Formats: sequence, structure tokens, C-alpha cells
Amino acid sequence: MKKKVLTVDDSRTIRNMLLVTLNNAGFETIQAEDGVEGLEVLEDANPDVIVTDINMPRLDGFGFIEGVRRNEKYRAVPILVLTTESDAEKKNRARQAGATGWIVKPFDPAKLIDAIERVTA
Amino acid sequence: MDMNEIKEIFFQECEEQLAELESGLLKLNDGDRDPETVNAVFRAVHSIKGGAGAFGLDDLVAFAHVFETTLDCVRSGKLEPGQDVLKVMLKSADVLADLVSASRDGGSVDESRTRGLVKELEALAHGELPSASGHDAPKPAAKPAPAAAPAPKAETPKPTDDSGFQPIPFTFDGFGEEEEPVIEGSTYEVVFKPRRELYSKGNEAALLLRDLSRVGEMSIACDTDALLDLDKMDPEESYFSWKISVKTTKSEDDIRVVFEFAEWDCDLEVKFADEASSDEEQPMRPVPFDLSILDDAPSAEDEDKQAEHGSDQTVAEAVSAAETATSIAKAAGAAARAAERKESAAAAAAAAQNNAAAAAASAGQTIRVDLDRVDRLINLVGELVINQAMLSQSVIENDATGTSSINMGLEELQQLTREIQDSVMAIRAQPVKPVFQRMSRIVREVADMVGKQIRLVTEGENTEVDKTVIDKLAEPLTHMIRNAVDHGIESPEKREAAGKNPEGTIKLTAKHRSGRILIELQDDGAGINRERVRQKAIDNDIIAADANLSDDEIDNLIFMAGFSTADKISDISGRGVGMDVVKRSIQALGGRISISSRPGFGSTFTMSLPLTLAVLDGMVVTVAGQTLVVPLTAIVETLQPEASAIHSFGASQRLISIRNSFCPLVDVGRVLNYRSTQANPVEGVALLVESEGGGQRALMVDAIQGQRQVVIKSLEANYTHVPGIAAATILGDGRVALILDVDAVVAASRGQSLRPEMSLAATG
Repeated sequence: MKKKVLTVDDSRTIRNMLLVTLNNAGFETIQAEDGVEGLEVLEDANPDVIVTDINMPRLDGFGFIEGVRRNEKYRAVPILVLTTESDAEKKNRARQAGATGWIVKPFDPAKLIDAIERVTA
Repeated sequence: MDMNEIKEIFFQECEEQLAELESGLLKLNDGDRDPETVNAVFRAVHSIKGGAGAFGLDDLVAFAHVFETTLDCVRSGKLEPGQDVLKVMLKSADVLADLVSASRDGGSVDESRTRGLVKELEALAHGELPSASGHDAPKPAAKPAPAAAPAPKAETPKPTDDSGFQPIPFTFDGFGEEEEPVIEGSTYEVVFKPRRELYSKGNEAALLLRDLSRVGEMSIACDTDALLDLDKMDPEESYFSWKISVKTTKSEDDIRVVFEFAEWDCDLEVKFADEASSDEEQPMRPVPFDLSILDDAPSAEDEDKQAEHGSDQTVAEAVSAAETATSIAKAAGAAARAAERKESAAAAAAAAQNNAAAAAASAGQTIRVDLDRVDRLINLVGELVINQAMLSQSVIENDATGTSSINMGLEELQQLTREIQDSVMAIRAQPVKPVFQRMSRIVREVADMVGKQIRLVTEGENTEVDKTVIDKLAEPLTHMIRNAVDHGIESPEKREAAGKNPEGTIKLTAKHRSGRILIELQDDGAGINRERVRQKAIDNDIIAADANLSDDEIDNLIFMAGFSTADKISDISGRGVGMDVVKRSIQALGGRISISSRPGFGSTFTMSLPLTLAVLDGMVVTVAGQTLVVPLTAIVETLQPEASAIHSFGASQRLISIRNSFCPLVDVGRVLNYRSTQANPVEGVALLVESEGGGQRALMVDAIQGQRQVVIKSLEANYTHVPGIAAATILGDGRVALILDVDAVVAASRGQSLRPEMSLAATG
């Protein structure tokens, strides 16, 4: 079965890049535009892994991760955070919120897929 | 979708982000201190940077990065966004916009400007205020510590004893033993002890070990000593640790990088060990590690291998047992909680669903549609309108009684068509905001260039108008703004001398008025210098030296071709484009422009534009056997002149008296050269129209056929520009009719005749 990835990013550009990369690598992709939408679609999406941005309107990545971790069903789902550069403080906050790992932007397809495979069986 | 399409999306998104950035900065400039405004500004730059990085647009990334860093200081409260700071930021936003365009369209940017701003931004980020006025940099405000997110609390599992379940001790001792395979390279000893946080963040020891096995040949031992009896076990706790020895040609860093995501949530020891000692001091029985079972479907090759080496089986069991232990523990806890929480969970789920629905409803739902599709739809609806009109006409011609049900159906059809048309037009309607926003940049730049202090105030930015109108509005508006800054507003010294605020104000207003959009550009400058304008017009042979002109007429001279009041051609507005070009482009949009000015108090330019360029409410009239359409918006009233109301004036001028005032009579057929002699006004109909100058004229036509909405077909696109004619349309009976350019006809009647070679001899 195809693995499902939920991508949460407010940038159409990044969302599309994730979509193309993930689809090419044989993943099924579900998209959300911000943390609020991410939490809304979470139940139906039932993702195997989540990739989320940090800076987003309405609900940022930190809040989104906390929301996912509060959800009994998804509290153990791997969450990868997109960070622009190796920003230690942001990584730290993301980890405290419950992120599993991170992907440094700009990502190349190999890097993204590698990170996803690291956290999924 | 390929990368080029995504890049296209990226640039579209950049435009939106830039608009967001600018409006946010302007809000901050007006004293808005809403954290969400700062966040939005930050996000805009951040987003541009992120996308630019993906496409390797290094210049853009570099500048966005510096900008973002400074914005982050504002966001975190380290930097107070005062006027000086915002000035730098607004300029940076302009440079960012330039960099985006340069990345998209090629071309270069002003590098020295970019470098200068990078320096200014960096200085701001380091707490230096742009004005070296000596006051201390604000102390960094204490940053609120990020709210530590509590890891999901583990519930205490319910004792399972009441089910009669007898706890049985289990251990992980006794799993297979294997000789360590010998390979080249160095050996590292890794001790890996995950903490419970590692699991609660979605990391998984088995996956990490799998990754480690890819670094080199490894043997592994699991330490299960910490494991408690099942009844005492916390399913969320981490009880296992692993001791691994890895034989690899790679470095220690390559091993550490495996645990990159987990290093904070585990105790990790990696040390170099030479082979001899590692063999001797192995306290636990090493288990060769094969994690192929983690893959969803083991390959045939793997299975073969397993068949060959029966001992591998044990390894697999060992690992799967380790895995099951964790998952059993997790499952047990989850089951216990599930039972307990079933009810509340159901309630929560229902609530969540309600919330989701509410959120979805409240969030503005929009879709993105390619403009071509909308245009196609509009064209089709245009055809539909024409078709409906033709159908109505032929039914009326064939059924004079007008009682049949066909007529009723037709009326409904007409109404529906009209509604469809309105709805389709609404799709294209866009607020004028983006254009207005662009103007604020122009004001900033030009004011900087000429050393004036000018504030742009905008009003009614959300007024909506057809997208094509907006697109075509930018250019004339830009030119007018430049003019207002360059010529309209005086220098700060002059203003002070005149007792005015040294900072000039330009006000840009948009509003709807009677089916048109009215755009006003008002400056509080010196107003039109009528003496100079008049002299200039005489010098340029635009008017005769002894012409007697009203103030209003003098003001309107600036719209004449070949007129420019600036004594010297400046960089800003003197690019060989005069107000006549502005006027022409406004007219090409079916609009009118006029000026009113008060010496010492400033000037106001008023533009009135149609809301759409696709349809027009018109009055269909007959002139010398030709069918013409007069835009309804221009017509004030229609009347049947009486002989007694007509007065001759001069050789060929005639006036009509309407309610005790005189109004020049314009014979449309004569102006358009449809006929060489004046028609008898008493036999025709007069259309009282208001021209752009505000004066009224009576247009003489032979008869009125009716009033209807017509679909505008550009004459310029299909034929060529014809003076006096704005566009063409197709009538219900399939005939082509020309749409009258009222202002041009009125102007022509004032003696500025339409160029004869271009005038109409006859039209089909």
C-alpha cells in the first residue's frame, strides 16, 4: 500500500514541490495550507507521516505539532519539520512541541525522501 | 506538473507576498502594532526566501535572508518599528520586488542600492538605529520563553488483574548467538539508551537501528534488565537499551548522524574501539542485526538468504520480539485508555467535527482559475446576450401580438441572461488595491529623488472593478502620480514659506458612482499656474494669443497634445509622455478625465471609468441612416426640441435653450461627416450629455430606437481607431453598430475637428 504523507505549508510553491517529489517517489500526498487546516484534515487523511512548515498563518507549525500530539490516534505519527536553515532555536522548539525530525530547506528530492524513510517503516 | 510550472506558481505567489509585505509595512507605518501584522510581514519575506531557495535564486535568497533577520528582530520585540526603521523596510520591500522581477524576467537590479540596504538592514538587526541621533539602541526585550510543550502524558494503565490474568515473567535472554562476521574497517562501540520522549515524538528505536545497520556491519545486544514485570510496567516508558558494535569504514560522525533526530531524547555513546578489546570485553552476547523484516515486503532475495542461513531466522525473531515488546506495551496501554475514554473521545470527535465544519464555513473559500477560462466564459456570455437579443427580435417580428407563451419565456430568458452576465462580470471584478499599493512605492521613490516629503493617503482600495480596467489603469495612474509629486507638490521650503505642512499629501480615492468607478487624485500642492499654462499654450501654438479662456478651460489645456509645463525635462515625469497621453489612455478605456485646481491649494484629477470593458448600457439611435449606440452613462436626458428653443449663433453654431439656459447643439451626423448639411433639429431628438469638463451639450440625432445592453467589440483590435467612435457592437438583428465616443464628438464640435482623412464616409 502507498504510504500517505500529509504536507502542511502555506506556500503554494512549496506545497507543489512536495507534491511532485512525493508522488514521484510513490507516496500518496494530502495537502493542507496551514496548521488549522492540517488538524482539520488529519482524521480523514490518516497519514503515515506528516511534513509541516513552521511559519504559517492562523496556526503555526509548533501549534500544529502540539495539536497532532494531543490527538490520541496520531500522537505517535512521525512529524518532519521544514526549516529554512539549520536554525537551532526553531529546531529546538519544534522538538519540544513533539517533532520527530526535520528537513532543511531548500530540500532536494533525495533529501526529502531520505528523511521520510528514516522515520517510517 | 513540472518544475517550470511550479516556478510560475512561485512568481505568482511572490507577487501576492510582496503585496502582503507592502500593505503590512504600511500598516505598521500607520502605527499598527498588531503582532499578526508583523507576523504576516515576516511570513511574506520568509515564504519568498523559501521558494527562491528551492529554485536556486541565490541573490533573492541572500537579500531575503538579511531582510528576514531584521524583521525577526521586530517580531521578537528587539527592534521597535519606528518611522526610520520602516523607511528602510519599505525600501527593502521595493528592492525585494525588483529582485523578484529580475529573477523572473532576467535583467539586472541596482546592485549598489541592494548592497546599501543590506548594510542598513544589518545595522538595524544589530540594534543601530538608522538616524545617528545618539540615542541608545533599545535594549532587547526579554523574549518570552517558548512555551514548553508537555509531552503527551501517559495514562496509568489500569490493572489488568481483575480479569484473572496471571502475570508471567518474560525475558529476552536466550536469543540466537552468531559469530561476528569479519570485515575491514574500524569498530565503534555504540550505547544507545532511548528515553520515553524518543517514542512520544514519533521516533522508533527499531528504525534508528535499521539506519545504523546501513552504516556498516554490526552486531547488537539488547539490554532488557530494566524491564519490569508486566503489572508494574508503564507502557509508555522506555526500558530497553542497546549496545551495538559497528564495523565500518565510515567515520564516527556518520554514526552520530543516524541518531540526529533522536540525540536529545536518548543517551548515546559512540566510541572508537579496536577489535581485540571489543571482542574480549563484550559483556553481552552479540546478535547480528538484520532488520529486513522492517520492510513491508521482504524481497525474494532476502527470503532466499533466510532459507540459507537458518540462524538468521533467530535474529529476525529477536528483533521482532523487541519490536513486539514495545508495541504490545503500547497497545495494552492504548486499550486500557481507549475503554476509559471511549465516551469522551466520541464526544470530542463530534465536537471536533463541528468545529471543523464551522472553521471551513468561516474561512473564505476561494478557488484559483486561469484568466483565459474566465475570458472565454465572458466571451461566450457576450455571444449569449447577442443571441438572446436576436431571438427576442425575431420573435417580436413574427408575433406582433406579444401574448404567446414564447414571449413570456423570452422575457425570463432575458432576465436570466442578464443575471448570468452580471455574475460572470463579478468573477472578473477585483479591488483596485494592488494598483494603489504600487502607487505608494512610486510616491516614495519619486519623492526621494526630488527631495520632497510626501505622504500618500489611499481611500476605497477595496472598490472593485473589472480586471482589465485595473490592468490598464496602472500606467496612466503612475504617470499622474509622478506628475503630482514632481510638479504638483512644492518643495518643503516653499511649503513652509506658504505656511503649509512641509510634508505634502497626495490622496488617491476610488469609489463607485452610478455604474462607473470614480478615481480621484488630489494633491495639496500649488495648483495649476494658469499664467504659465496659458503662456505655454500660446508658445506651442495650441491657442491663439488673444484667446479668451475661462480658468477651467486653461486648466484643461494641460491635456492637450504637445503640452508640458515643466521648464526642464526631468527624469521623473518628463519622459516625453504628457497628460495628453494619460487622457488618451483613459479615453481608450471608455473613461473621462478632468482637472479642477485652486491656486495655492492644489489640484484634483478626476477619472471616471466604466466598471467593465465587456458590456455597456447604450441608447441605440439613428443618424443619417446609420445605427449608432450612445453610452447611457453619458446621457443626462433626451428631449424633442421645439423650433422656438433653437437659436443660431455665429455662422454655423446653434444653441438650444433648455429651462432658461443655453446649451450648444452638436449635430452628430455632421461631426462624423455622415452628411454635409446641418439637419433640422426639430425633426430629430436631442440627447443632453455631460462631457468631461462638466459642461453640457445637446447631441442631435435623427431618432431613438431603444435602449439596450450591448457587448463591446473593440474596433481597434479588429479594424483601427476611428475618431469619434469608441467601439462597435453587434445588435440583435445581427447588424454591426458603432458606439459613439461622446467626448470626442463634443470636442470635435468645439472646433477641434476630427481629422478628416480618418472620418467616416460611410459604414456598413
